[in-house]
Amino acid sequence: MCIDCGCAAEEHHHHHHGPEQAAPGRKTVQIEEDILAKNNRLALANRKLFAVQKIFVLNLVSSPGSGKTTLLERTLADLKTDMDFAVLEGDQQTSNDAERIAATGVPVHQINTGAGCHLDAHMVGHGLEHFNLDNVQMLMIENVGNLVCPASFDLGEDFKVALLSVTEGEDKPLKYPQMFRASDVMLINKIDLLPHLRFDLPKCREYAQRIHPGIKIFEVSCYTSEGLAEWYAWLREQVTLKMQGRIN
Amino acid sequence: MVLDLLPLQVPQGIILHELGITQSIVEIALQAAEKQQAQKIHSVTLEVGSLAGVVAEALQFCYEACSRQTLLEGSRLLIDRIPARASCRDCATEFALADLLACCPECQSFSCDLLCGEELRIKEMEID
Repeated sequence: MCIDCGCAAEEHHHHHHGPEQAAPGRKTVQIEEDILAKNNRLALANRKLFAVQKIFVLNLVSSPGSGKTTLLERTLADLKTDMDFAVLEGDQQTSNDAERIAATGVPVHQINTGAGCHLDAHMVGHGLEHFNLDNVQMLMIENVGNLVCPASFDLGEDFKVALLSVTEGEDKPLKYPQMFRASDVMLINKIDLLPHLRFDLPKCREYAQRIHPGIKIFEVSCYTSEGLAEWYAWLREQVTLKMQGRIN
Repeated sequence: MVLDLLPLQVPQGIILHELGITQSIVEIALQAAEKQQAQKIHSVTLEVGSLAGVVAEALQFCYEACSRQTLLEGSRLLIDRIPARASCRDCATEFALADLLACCPECQSFSCDLLCGEELRIKEMEID
């Protein structure tokens, strides 16, 4: 519904509200600027830097508690001898997650967004100043736990990766379609819990494919290690492609 | 603090999103006003796609709060909603869609490309 005049605005329409339209001296200037243009410009600058430095970058998004930090801990512990990582941690408050990552020995920087509900390209650009990028092959950006806002904000990443844990219900892709549309990869996490739940795995995959045809899906458990080998193989492949300049 | 002024019926998670977007709107509009040497701004018109993921009511609310004590104070935020349209990859039918779950009305395929509906743009301003 149109919030300005209360009409049912299913059709694209222009507002002409009252006599003030014709007032003398008044003029209409065209702006035609994308509201996210500034973020998109900064994201492009980040992306160029990553291309020059040949750094493969993932933007991890999910609801709070889906297991982003645990997945990172596992991935870093298992792959850090094979490749050089850096991690940017986004949270509204605390450096708890950064401390967990630091314990793996991988360089990490915490970004606190305060009232902000997502990371933006500007924060990430400054976050990069804390690393020696010559020594980084893969940058993991853990976004603020939120399935709404991070969908709209490009950070310059190669891919958004959406995590969905099986305790959240198989219909998450339908409930938050923007996020699953924006993500090229989906990880279904905590699959060791499946025997205790009524989570419909085939339905979940079908819903995600419906929102985003061709989305790449991994099923993993960070506790039993199930599925992690496939996830790691994909990461290795992407890092190689990035080194060869075959992504972006 | 803007958040203290939230109407109770708007969930905070939603309004926070619109708050950031509104700050960008205000920034772009004030820059344009300066360039045009505007004395007064009467209205700012946005084009917002039906699938852009922003809530118009929340934008209006944030706009009032963010425009205070700027040249935009008292101006109206007008929103042109752009309905989403998609084209089917399998049979090339073009159709209007209400949400991202829609399938092609002809062949029921979910494999569709969005043609419009994700716009989030400042279209024009009315100034003196």
